[in-house]
Amino acid sequence: MIEVKNVTKAFDGKTVLHDVSCTFDTGKTNLIIGQSGSGKTVLMKSIVGLVRPDVGHIFFDGRDRLTMSGKQIKELRKEIGMLFQGSALFDSETVMANVMFPLVMFSDMSHAEMVDRANFCLERVNLKGQGNKYPSEISGGMQKRVAIARAIALNPKYLFCDEPNSGLDPKTSILIDELLSDITHEYNITTIINTHDMNSVLGIGENIVFLNRGHVDWIGNMDQLASSTNESLIDFVFATKLFREVRDYQLAHRN
Amino acid sequence: MYSVFNYFFMFVTKTFKAIGRYCLFMKSVISVPDKWKVFFRRTGSEIYKLGIDSIPLVVIISLFIGAVITIQMQINIESPIIPAYAVGLATRDIVLLEFSSSILCLILAGKVGSSIASEIGTMRVTEQIDALDIMGVNSANYLVFPKVIGFLIYIPVLCVMSMFTSIVGGWIIAQFTDIISVSRYVYGLQAFFTEWYVWYGLIKCLVFSVIITTVASFEGYYVDGGSIEVGKASTRAVVNSSILILLFDVILTKLLLQ
Repeated sequence: MIEVKNVTKAFDGKTVLHDVSCTFDTGKTNLIIGQSGSGKTVLMKSIVGLVRPDVGHIFFDGRDRLTMSGKQIKELRKEIGMLFQGSALFDSETVMANVMFPLVMFSDMSHAEMVDRANFCLERVNLKGQGNKYPSEISGGMQKRVAIARAIALNPKYLFCDEPNSGLDPKTSILIDELLSDITHEYNITTIINTHDMNSVLGIGENIVFLNRGHVDWIGNMDQLASSTNESLIDFVFATKLFREVRDYQLAHRN
Repeated sequence: MYSVFNYFFMFVTKTFKAIGRYCLFMKSVISVPDKWKVFFRRTGSEIYKLGIDSIPLVVIISLFIGAVITIQMQINIESPIIPAYAVGLATRDIVLLEFSSSILCLILAGKVGSSIASEIGTMRVTEQIDALDIMGVNSANYLVFPKVIGFLIYIPVLCVMSMFTSIVGGWIIAQFTDIISVSRYVYGLQAFFTEWYVWYGLIKCLVFSVIITTVASFEGYYVDGGSIEVGKASTRAVVNSSILILLFDVILTKLLLQ
């Protein structure tokens, strides 16, 4: 479980996160949603350690990341997997080398064991037999799946995904969402997904944190979304006609 | 007047900030690698990419510059009181003292420096460096240290290769034109030879190789933005490393030759 307590962050005098507090549960797909500029990325970067909050605490299963020593942070990072918006695969390495990278750097496995583990991870994301290709030779959706395989190679306790569906077609987006949800439940990972994709919100949002202008405006899950009375949230999530109709249907169906 | 002072003050502040940032960057670079096996593998790969790949450029440029120096020496020092072998002697000393170290490294700053800055800069903008940091890898050390060591190991080879090829370039001119006889050129090459000049050139190359790799890596590592910024970083890498090479050329010449 990851707990964010009273986190505030400002850049050049402009406060981006205002006293943000929320909890991300283990074994659930936790979503951070909000409009562009609402502070989603800064919150995620603050949690993973790419940005240092000005005030507040971030607890990883009770361990405050902001008071850890350099060595403790390094150890913590080995428990973290991250899927970047652009996949962030190493261009000069093959798919197999990319997935093996964390194993090479941080495990004491033999080469054969590393190859086995990498093959297992690739198989888990339905990319069996693609190991010899380079990232430039595979599609965007496949790159995302390779990035997921790399992120889970070391059996992380925490998985962070920054807009995993950006640039993907709806069908591939659903595949990625299902994969992330399955992996989260299968390995009991604390997964945090930063997303704009309303299909993801309505499909895998087991715990949703809605950020509005740097404040936590709503916390709930996908089943509570339709009945929420938070206008900012409703305007954001059910922005299109189709989604409004979905909401009306859900409310009518529930009643 | 105020604006000139203001501009100067800002320039000085910016320069000191950059120097401070460079020192912190180098502190991260020069640390114990996470895995020695990976470090040695990457160093080997960098020797190939930065060093061996530069051989054709070094050979071609050295060959032609050696030939040109010989022709120009013959034209400029043609005098009844100067012996003909002075052409070979002057060609040798120019090559050993300046061309195969400083000028060669200025050329390599263009090739190797821009390549390093754009490679690392692209990794920064595509979040590959963030990915390394998140995994707990010291990204500066992982990416830059093998480049510094790899180029440091290979630059003496390129320097000696350049010295040899330049002199061969002059020899070709002597062989195939009538501006100087081969025997006088070769006699000039051997006359009043100072071995220290070779060591002086090699020492300069070692220092310059560190400047090229670290300045280019520094520019690439701190790219902020997109592809245009990567291009700008690449240009800054070449310009800044060239200026530093010239500055250190003066300092090393003063220290090593006087």
